[in-house]
Amino acid sequence: MLSLGESKNENSPDSLVITSTTSDPILRTEHLGRGVKDKVLVEDATFEVQTGEVLAIVGPSGSGKSSLLRLLNRLDEPTSGTVFVEGIDYRQISPRDLRRKLGMVNQRPYLFPGTVEDNLRFGPLQRGESLSQDSVDQLLARVGLKGYASRNVANLSGGEAQRVSVARTLANSPLVLLLDEPTSALDETSKLEVESSIQRVIREQGITCVLVTHDTAQAARLAERALLLESGRIVRAGSIDEVLHA
Amino acid sequence: MLKFFFSNQLYLGLAQALVAALAAMLVVLLARKRGIHLESETLIAMVRGIVQIVAVGSILLLLLRGPRWTSGLLLAGMIVAAGATSARRAKGMPGAFRVSAWSIAFGAGSVIAMMTWLGVIDTAITSLVPVGSMLIANAMNTNGLALNRFRADVLAHVGEIETALALGAEARNSVSPYVQASFEASLIPAIDSLRSLGIVWIPGLMAGMLLSGARPVYAAVYQFVVLAMIFAASGLTSLVSTLLIRDRIFTGAQQLSLQPGR
Repeated sequence: MLSLGESKNENSPDSLVITSTTSDPILRTEHLGRGVKDKVLVEDATFEVQTGEVLAIVGPSGSGKSSLLRLLNRLDEPTSGTVFVEGIDYRQISPRDLRRKLGMVNQRPYLFPGTVEDNLRFGPLQRGESLSQDSVDQLLARVGLKGYASRNVANLSGGEAQRVSVARTLANSPLVLLLDEPTSALDETSKLEVESSIQRVIREQGITCVLVTHDTAQAARLAERALLLESGRIVRAGSIDEVLHA
Repeated sequence: MLKFFFSNQLYLGLAQALVAALAAMLVVLLARKRGIHLESETLIAMVRGIVQIVAVGSILLLLLRGPRWTSGLLLAGMIVAAGATSARRAKGMPGAFRVSAWSIAFGAGSVIAMMTWLGVIDTAITSLVPVGSMLIANAMNTNGLALNRFRADVLAHVGEIETALALGAEARNSVSPYVQASFEASLIPAIDSLRSLGIVWIPGLMAGMLLSGARPVYAAVYQFVVLAMIFAASGLTSLVSTLLIRDRIFTGAQQLSLQPGR
């Protein structure tokens, strides 16, 4: 199986080395791209994510990080290339199953009106499943919100709401967690709370994660590998140190 | 006062139209003072309105002497025009014209057909066309309101909708709160018309019937009949159009295609 791990010349995306690994990547993109009208949002993005790995996608504002994540979740349609989930072209997977497998957390939490518990139950309910009370409690404990189940979401702070959003996505038991700037809309205290919740989830659950962030320090704290995007293209890929300190 | 100056009915009508148009333009001038520019849109709408209604009046004059089936043709033409008009309230929504035309055809058309069959609407062209046009016009307004509200709600809640999609919700479920809100909001004018009937306003049809010598009680009851039919036609139209448009704002891969700036 192939994986993007190193680069001969880190400034040239064409020179990204494809190396052999023994395990199947959980997520693989192949020449993935999207353009709207004359604007290129993402171009020729080819990379892999291994099971249990945390990959950060970094780059300046407008570099196409969020657009790339939306393509992974298939909220937008690629205009070129595709994505493979566990070796299967994601166009062969029903969009609803795909989105459950690749759970996404947005920059803003967008909680639905009701209680925290209602929000956690939303995903499983979409496929006719009911989340047990134990599962609700465990999910909330995992994001540091034990005892919050019956709280109205209107009364939560920004950081609490974002942690509910993470727990709500985890309630779908995703294979991969896609995090789109999960702390960028928060103040410093809330940011640390959310980040430590994410760290705990990654550590305890060993979940595969793709993190989009403009905060390179956060990328260094959470991820092992990174991709640097500029103008929609991957211009550098490798370990966190290689990408951030080159 | 105008009758004092004009003995000819045609000239009297033109003078009355001019005075009414001046009153409308006064509102436009007041709006202009507040920085709201409605001049060209209002002027065009008024000129179009008078030309269209005079043209229809002339056509009606011809149709009165024609076979009854021609009223069906006229109503079908009205439905197409109503579809085109209300589709403009749904800018950027794919298939808005077809959705509007089919919804009005179903909503207003089915009520007109049923009521004509039951004898509530007389089959005479002079009755079927004016009453039918009232149902179509109100269905058009309701449809425009529903689509406009739905479009605005979806654009204001893209984040919520895409969050629901990202959590595995079916596309149509992700917008169901906005479908419901649009349907409810679009029926407010029809409900208020029914609620305030006789207290706040005496509709034109009843006034016309009274002027032409109908018994006041019958005129009043028939006015209620017309408003109830308007409610039925508008409600059916709005129900169908919101359900049809709901599926059109998503791609085959359940992606929201109605996005700000796209």
